[in-house]
Amino acid sequence: MAAKASRVAFGETLLELGARDERIVTLDADLSKSTMTAKFAKTYPARAFNLGIAESNMIGIGAGLALTGRIPFVCSFACFVVGRFETIRISVAYTNANVKIVGTHSGIAIGEDGYSQMGIEDIACIRALPNIPVIQPADELETKQVIAYAVEHAGPLYLRLTRQSLDPVCPADYRFQLGRWLVLRPGHDVTLLGTGGPLSNCLEAAKLLEADGISAEVINAACIKPLDEELLLGSAGKTGHVVTVEDHAIHGGLGGAVAETLSEVMPIEVRRLGVQGFGESGDPKGLYAKHGLDPAGIATSVRKFLNR
Amino acid sequence: MPDARVVAIARQCRVQIIRMLTHAGSGHPGGSLSVIDILTALYFGRLRYDAKRPDWPDRDRVVLSKGHAVPALYAVMARAGYFHESELVTLRKLGSRLQGHPDRTALPGIEAATGSLGQGLSISLGMALGLKLRAAPARVYCILGDGEIQEGQVWEAAMSAPKLGRPDHPLDNLCVILDYNKIQLDNFVAKIMDLEPVVAKWQAFGWPVLEIDGHDTDQIGKALDAAEATRGTPTFIVAHTVKGKGVSFMENDPEWHGKAPKSAEAIRAIREILGVGEAAWGDYLKTDPATRAIVDELAALEKK
Repeated sequence: MAAKASRVAFGETLLELGARDERIVTLDADLSKSTMTAKFAKTYPARAFNLGIAESNMIGIGAGLALTGRIPFVCSFACFVVGRFETIRISVAYTNANVKIVGTHSGIAIGEDGYSQMGIEDIACIRALPNIPVIQPADELETKQVIAYAVEHAGPLYLRLTRQSLDPVCPADYRFQLGRWLVLRPGHDVTLLGTGGPLSNCLEAAKLLEADGISAEVINAACIKPLDEELLLGSAGKTGHVVTVEDHAIHGGLGGAVAETLSEVMPIEVRRLGVQGFGESGDPKGLYAKHGLDPAGIATSVRKFLNR
Repeated sequence: MPDARVVAIARQCRVQIIRMLTHAGSGHPGGSLSVIDILTALYFGRLRYDAKRPDWPDRDRVVLSKGHAVPALYAVMARAGYFHESELVTLRKLGSRLQGHPDRTALPGIEAATGSLGQGLSISLGMALGLKLRAAPARVYCILGDGEIQEGQVWEAAMSAPKLGRPDHPLDNLCVILDYNKIQLDNFVAKIMDLEPVVAKWQAFGWPVLEIDGHDTDQIGKALDAAEATRGTPTFIVAHTVKGKGVSFMENDPEWHGKAPKSAEAIRAIREILGVGEAAWGDYLKTDPATRAIVDELAALEKK
């Protein structure tokens, strides 16, 4: 498989699943060309609803559709859809409506559009709600499986997708399971927990570290809620050093979730790599380098952490 | 002619509202008393539902978007057989299914969590659309508060409703009722953020609008008939109401938006609701053992 944006894989998968499941409907807020549901809307016009630039209303309508038996995918940029947090909190979460919330354009990797379009606090927000799993697929294969899972999952769910292409990382026989992570590369000195955009950079960093004699275990933490506690504790117990890597604010994301769990069960030191402060316009590679999410930056943080 | 049965049930529900709020020691009497005639008219003669089968897919749905008035909904639901009236006094108590604001996951028959104002209309649009998509005969009734429609999401929904589902599935199965009691938490609506001209606003967004006295069961029934007969568009009903309706010292007083009566106030309120003079009250209670029991129960609360 070639590199592909998870939003593109999402649009393709939904089109496939829509052919055999009448319950699937899409809701958009004037960004269907960007969230990649436009093709679904063209193919199934009676099952696609564009509400205009009105995300709260879109989310609420999604809840009502879910309560009458549909499986709505409510789509916008991660910052805009999760920005209507109070509507998600009551109309979706507390109501326990079977709504699939899809936030595309997550992270600073959207680049040039700048901070106002970057979803970098969405994980922290949704993670605080009791009944919404948070999933960020790593590549095309995983995205397809996660979308299929979302249709089967009874209850609300949050999918965090990227604008940028993602290198394939999962093996061909991989099967997504809620709350299960995947070891992409075994190691014994440090655990690199990556999710979404920077995951392939973790693999590159592991190669750089190998040249320095540091063995890094790289794990795809696609499921941010719930965490794979078994794999986390197993790997952390083995390496004694955990580094989280995500294109999200360092507060409340994967790093926060991992630190919360480890501090209670296995209090070891954790390094959280992520976005510090607001994002800004720039080329995605340059932005990742600035925030230490590129291979060299990740490797540098690991060396410092291990005093090597 | 007002429907005598509906009027009698609404009167009994008013008594239950006062009763449960007094037990709870908190809650919202004003908006519960302003909306109760509308809810009673809906549940007794209008809605198609089966209280023993609250998940019946083709049931009509009521979304009480002004969720703080849920004591009125609980009173009506108990009367309709969703649960026993004895459960009403658990309102707002730890472990109760009767949460302070509606919780769909706690109590079967509640259609959506509301009370965070401004969200119920969007949910109702989605429900109406979902029912249309599968050609279900069911209707959706959404009840908005007047202060509530200051929320921006309401106007997002208002803009979309007359267009959503067209041309094949217009939402003519949706009827929205504004409980226009003219008072919100802090003060009179006109003093906080005036809604006027409210009829023209909804008309400008493409809705047919009816104006009624929201305490006149005859007018409520006729408006609901007209809404049901309307094709191609949802209907908006502006129901002019009185906050605290039926209790003289609560009527039109912003102080009674969110304050529970004390026992003595509650007993006086019940007497007024039943239309009995102070002098005749003792004799009246001898003829009405059910009310007598409620009054004794409330009097005992004070001694606790």
